[in-house]
Amino acid sequence: MHPAPSVIIFTTFSGLGFGLLAWLGLGFPDVSGGTAFAFFFIAYALAVGGLLASTFHLGNRKNAIYAFSQWRTSWLSREGIASVMTLLVFAPYALSLIFADTALPFLGYLGSILALITVFTTSMIYTQLKTIPRWNMPLNPVLFLLYALSGGALMAGEAKVAGVLILLLTLLQVAAWKMGDDRLSSTGTDKGTATGLGSIGTVRMLESAHTARNYILDEMVHIIGRKHAQKLRMIAGILIGALPAAILLLTPAGHVTSFVALACHILGVIVGRWLFFAEAEHVVGMYYSRD
Amino acid sequence: MTALPASTDKKLGLVIDLDTCVGCHGCVTSCKGWNTENYGVPLSDMDAYGADPSGTFLNRVFSYEVQPADKPAQTVHFPKSCLHCEDAPCVTVCPTGASYKRTEDGIVLVNEDRCIGCGLCAWACPYGARELDQAAGVMKKCTLCVDRIYNENLEEVDRVPSCVRTCPAGARHFGDLGDPDSDVSKLVAERGGFDLMPEQGTKPVNKYLPPRPKDTMETAGIPDLKPVATEAKGFLGWLDKALEKL
Ligand code: SF4
Ligand code: SF4
Repeated sequence: MHPAPSVIIFTTFSGLGFGLLAWLGLGFPDVSGGTAFAFFFIAYALAVGGLLASTFHLGNRKNAIYAFSQWRTSWLSREGIASVMTLLVFAPYALSLIFADTALPFLGYLGSILALITVFTTSMIYTQLKTIPRWNMPLNPVLFLLYALSGGALMAGEAKVAGVLILLLTLLQVAAWKMGDDRLSSTGTDKGTATGLGSIGTVRMLESAHTARNYILDEMVHIIGRKHAQKLRMIAGILIGALPAAILLLTPAGHVTSFVALACHILGVIVGRWLFFAEAEHVVGMYYSRD
Repeated sequence: MTALPASTDKKLGLVIDLDTCVGCHGCVTSCKGWNTENYGVPLSDMDAYGADPSGTFLNRVFSYEVQPADKPAQTVHFPKSCLHCEDAPCVTVCPTGASYKRTEDGIVLVNEDRCIGCGLCAWACPYGARELDQAAGVMKKCTLCVDRIYNENLEEVDRVPSCVRTCPAGARHFGDLGDPDSDVSKLVAERGGFDLMPEQGTKPVNKYLPPRPKDTMETAGIPDLKPVATEAKGFLGWLDKALEKL
């Protein structure tokens, strides 16, 4: 799949934003007044900024309001609704902390649950697609949730919790990369089933239907950069993962160490998300495969 | 609504004969012509006369080579468009309700007045049957020429999809695949029509007919031809010898 900057930014930053909100709703860190303002400002900026970035890949934004209508069937619609609800529920919670120094725990818990539901719905937009076997596995939503929770904990200043979560996240991410490598072949889809000609013999594309590129190729048959995938996985694993966890768990907690760990982690998540898209093979590629 | 109907009254679709298709791309051209002027926004081209032209098409024809283990390879021309799946994943993923499947005839359509051009439906389609129009930013796909097949202003013979009407080889058939007694259903039964990527679980309505088995030439056990003359005679024989002596 084409690793469009808009979707990479969207999934990275909105995930972090909703992750931070989930912790704030539970009272971590226990903030009020100006500090609360700072935390909520960052969380909202990330969540809303990420959502806005995602609208950049829409072809026809003027109909956007309809995107809230199909929650019964569509994960994308559910995500839209869940994210707006989360932001709405957190507004009075944040305002009361900032201006009245009062926590409204019920709203906080509700908001936290909604924030995690939002992240889950985001993950399901990708996980539901049978056409992209690498995404179509139960580990995928688990990873999205862990990314949000560990990034959120890191920003909330819960250094030790973040360290443990990040360690777990890194292990699962490495496992997901490995498992993902076999997903396409395990579906049984090949050029033979795509064309239905497999029962006659080996199928090979003689001539593509079009000499120019088209939307399908641009969007779904991205193969550039896959050859560096292994190296990028290493880099992502260290940045997401190994390095921040070491900093958080092995050094005394402090603002500087937390900041370094966070910067490292965010960079890693961006590389990881690039891989998430670039490595994902869409079955339509079978129709275009020349080998 | 992007919920799929539990069942549809008819299952209108195409049957494409891979034995007969000659790969002329006539259906591609007639599809583009009809659908640029009718249902929805035109099928735009980008940089049409420049160095890097591209455009939106609802139907495209590939060519494959199939190599059996023990026979000569054969070429198969392979038209591909929306298969109007019964379990259309493109419909259920749509956040806006723009994509829908009609209860009356099973046609899968896009309501362009609702589409936000998110592209998720194209991601969900295993067959590459949906293309986002780069000028209008809305999703385009085969409509089974919904504006022809019921169109009383057209002669009856023209009330079929444009590709079917155009195909000079008669490789494309249109009808109700939900009715076991329809011509198309009989054709599918007789010729062993099949689904593309059945493992994706989309239950496509459109069917493909396999290329008929090719003749096999008997090659084993035939002795090589014997030379009819080993020694040249006459003028040519003399010339041959003369030249040899030189
Ligand atoms: S072929 Fe693709 S676009 Fe057409 S109904 Fe099936 S999944 Fe949807
Ligand atoms: S591109 Fe349009 S039709 Fe396709 S899923 Fe998005 S809104 Fe629906």
